[in-house]
Amino acid sequence: MKNSSPSLWKATLAIVWKDLTAELRSRELLTSMLVFALLVILIFNFALELDARARANITAGVLWVTFTFAGTLGLNRSMAVEKDRGCLDGLLLAPVDRAAIYLGKALSNWVFLLIVAGIVLPVYSLLYNTNLFQPGLILVILLASEGYIAVGTLLASMAVQARTRDILLPILLFPVVIPVLVAAVKASSGFLEGLGWVDVSTWVNLLIVYDVIFTAVSFMVFDFVVEE
Amino acid sequence: MGQKPKALTILDWITGILFITAILGVFFYAPLEAVMGWVQKVFYFHVAAGWTGMLGFLVSAVAGVLYLVKKDPRWDRIGFAGVEIGMVFMLICIITGSIWARPIWNTWWTWDPRLTTATIMELIYAAYLLLRQGVEEPDRRARFGAVYAIIGFISVPLTFLSIRIFRTIHPVVIGSNDPGAAGAFDMTPRMMQVFMFSLVAFSFIFADILWHRIRLGALADHVEQKKIQLQTWGE
Repeated sequence: MKNSSPSLWKATLAIVWKDLTAELRSRELLTSMLVFALLVILIFNFALELDARARANITAGVLWVTFTFAGTLGLNRSMAVEKDRGCLDGLLLAPVDRAAIYLGKALSNWVFLLIVAGIVLPVYSLLYNTNLFQPGLILVILLASEGYIAVGTLLASMAVQARTRDILLPILLFPVVIPVLVAAVKASSGFLEGLGWVDVSTWVNLLIVYDVIFTAVSFMVFDFVVEE
Repeated sequence: MGQKPKALTILDWITGILFITAILGVFFYAPLEAVMGWVQKVFYFHVAAGWTGMLGFLVSAVAGVLYLVKKDPRWDRIGFAGVEIGMVFMLICIITGSIWARPIWNTWWTWDPRLTTATIMELIYAAYLLLRQGVEEPDRRARFGAVYAIIGFISVPLTFLSIRIFRTIHPVVIGSNDPGAAGAFDMTPRMMQVFMFSLVAFSFIFADILWHRIRLGALADHVEQKKIQLQTWGE
């Protein structure tokens, strides 16, 4: 029986492929995440008077608030699509390890968030005449978004099954990802101010610890969230 | 089902007596702190309430794991009870802390790691209650509650750590004492005795309320089942 079902890795990739293809055709999720992210930056521009001096200190904060909000939008949508059209039941019926469903959804959510980040960074650099393309910042974005998505995918798959789903995800997710946000903001602003590795490494280590713990735990408990 | 167990009544009485003794101890046995005066009395119940709150959250996380393994609704009731009690005592801890901080730190609130972590914990468990409210089916509600109780509890130490790397002014009365902390003091033996006694008294209060809350949960489930039975009869 084991032989007839595809390997975990193959099944995961199939789900990622499905999500990416669906997104390529509809472009619903990425468009709304992107427009939303740009709107958040626009609102910050007026709310905080992002003049040159203020910007130096709060760029990291603005970026992470933007990613966090856009991320919730994407997570909610990516799970709601599965739930509404009965795709989730189809996936659960498929003869694959349920872990593959979690990994697949998490990976595609991660890709979407990284694409959004990849567009927001140059736009922000252009609008505010700075250069955000620094290897340190990109490393922080990779690490922090991984932890955020690992928990977010798990919580989103719970939230879509609840009555109050759209408002539930941020309420569930934000208090749990605070360590990621604190570490990400601190590390990003450290790299942007040009501090050395010694000053930033604590935060990067914290991000790695968070990623490892929460990816492992979410991976283990996902089965209980989708089981019927 | 129905009759209140005798052991619970006995526990009620012991808890009541311990609590009254603790109050008397705080006001009449423990000496007045030289610098801070009367407001320092808050400390005994402040720490004890924080301890009880953490105990409640720990119980909910452990009960969450056990529920996922055993699928016994009893563990769900215990986990839910742990969260409710934990939230109440954590709130008591935050409020008593503010009462103390006003004269000592000259502010009701600072963004210190402990204060911030306590607040975030309240928000995590408020989210837990909202999650449960949003799910009607009992089995699914229990599973989601268990998963979230585990995730939430694991995130607490990391939250604390992440905020700790900022400077703290909260005194550490037990264990190492950082001289930079504002409002720190050394406990005299009598203070230590009253403090330990308060911890024990609050642990009893926790056990007593937990038992009551679990019993209430069991009775509520019982009523729910009876209602469903009545409905099926009616049809």
